[in-house]
Amino acid sequence: MKQRTGTAYGFLSPYLIVFAAFWIWPILYSFYLSFLFTRRQPWTWNPRVTWGRLVQDPEFFNALKNTLLILVVQVPVMIALAVLLAVLLNSTLLKARGIMRFAFFAPVVVGEVAYAAVFRLMFNADFGVINKLIEGVGLPAVSWFSDPTAAMALIIMAVTWRWAGYNAIIILSGLQSIPDDVYEAATLDRVSPVKQFFYITLPLLRPIIVFCVVLSVIGTMQLFAEPFLITNRGGPGGATETLGLFLYRQGFTVLNFGYASAVAYTIAALAVVISLLNLWLGRDAT
Amino acid sequence: MTAGTGSRTATRRRRMTLLHLVMVPLAIVWLFPLWMMVVFSTMPDSGIFSPEIQLIPSTHFIENFRALEADTGFLRTLFNSVFVAVIYTVLSVMLTSMAGWALVRYRFRGRGVVLGVILATLTLPYFVVVIPQFIMVARDFGLSNTWIALIVPPLFNSLGVLFMRQSFSLMPQDLFDAAQVEGVSEWKIFTRVAMPMARPTIAALSIILFLASWNNYLWPLLVASDPSMMTAPVALGSLIGFTRVSWGGIMTGAVLLTVPMLVVFVALQRHFMSGITAGAVK
Repeated sequence: MKQRTGTAYGFLSPYLIVFAAFWIWPILYSFYLSFLFTRRQPWTWNPRVTWGRLVQDPEFFNALKNTLLILVVQVPVMIALAVLLAVLLNSTLLKARGIMRFAFFAPVVVGEVAYAAVFRLMFNADFGVINKLIEGVGLPAVSWFSDPTAAMALIIMAVTWRWAGYNAIIILSGLQSIPDDVYEAATLDRVSPVKQFFYITLPLLRPIIVFCVVLSVIGTMQLFAEPFLITNRGGPGGATETLGLFLYRQGFTVLNFGYASAVAYTIAALAVVISLLNLWLGRDAT
Repeated sequence: MTAGTGSRTATRRRRMTLLHLVMVPLAIVWLFPLWMMVVFSTMPDSGIFSPEIQLIPSTHFIENFRALEADTGFLRTLFNSVFVAVIYTVLSVMLTSMAGWALVRYRFRGRGVVLGVILATLTLPYFVVVIPQFIMVARDFGLSNTWIALIVPPLFNSLGVLFMRQSFSLMPQDLFDAAQVEGVSEWKIFTRVAMPMARPTIAALSIILFLASWNNYLWPLLVASDPSMMTAPVALGSLIGFTRVSWGGIMTGAVLLTVPMLVVFVALQRHFMSGITAGAVK
């Protein structure tokens, strides 16, 4: 490594300028903004209308409740599914592996708008193919967009469809780094595949699973496009309103930048706390 | 001996059946939305909203595309999306490669601080910066509906710095020193020696960045409201939720946004996977 500060900053500065202007400065600025009353010029210091409002705003608590509900239900289901998919996709017994991989990994490249549109049509209460199939087996049709619980289930299914494969890719790469002879030895000792999974695979995958959980938590805290587009701005009646959507409405519909910044910092703080909690729970037991 | 082999084959067959009993239905469920996207894009609205189950593609793709083009100038927005994604990818790869190179090759004052700040803020939610970015770009500089607004702010992404830093650090540093002794300038060592060696990483990084830009929804939604400057996802999203638009048209747009990426995904699967998993490597 060469001691060359000038040359180094020559290479660094183009990126650093963008990084400082559009990442570091906004991080600091939005913290400052979260204490300002921004609905009238000039903006004035008034935390009572931002943080003070936040702690007693029923709409905020509704969005918080919905987001935490999605977090608690969707993330564990999706991660468990992703582990299952990764292990089964890794099996040498699997036929048509290319098609299988395509089926689960393809959603990774599908944009939010495109998949939101398909899910809206598929789950349409009157003409949607899902309700036709449900009625076809003799069950009553579900009002996916007017029943609060069904709408929430729809969001959870959509997000799971979109992201399970993404996590499976990461977990699969972890699986492939486990040396084969570990399993060969276990098989020689007549350890069943199920036991191999719980006593070898799962413990070795723990750091990667924790990583996936942290990524998913951060993603869920910012969930926006799905309730915005699929359930029509968090409907019915705010039943699928998430923190991300609440921030969008406060920041860019009402243009209440100060209050929206307080929401943004709450999202960030929650994401950090929940991530640290996961890291702590998933730490190596030494 | 023979009996043992026989029972082992039987176990194997039983496991294989069980495996496919789980995987085949799951794969069908997972492929179903993509299949329906294609089916919807080829059906007239009367077919999409008909009482019968329609699972087979029809022949209305071109008509649907015309309807979409009438609802929103989709070809124009598709061009915008391609243009923004290409320029963004090239610029981001350039900026982050140079930064990653500096962090590997030189010892300098502030090196630890730069790296520390990048790593410490890596997992902060994007929502923390989106409001100030919007105030700066749209209000203070009045740059709404410009290429600069669409391309430059998202360049803050530090993913490339970490990718490229990792890639450069795995190269034999003696090689660079030898070139330096030969009198080759640092810039040339970077562009002629290091960058060509980093080609696989650059490929993986480019795919991930292109995809991120192609599918980016929130930021273009905020800064591109003029129909001639909208990206394709924003234009398509603006139709969702309205009754007097062609749903077949929307699905045609969804197919045009998705299928090219699926083709890229299949063709460059290896680079894709390494792009996604590189983030997971400590």
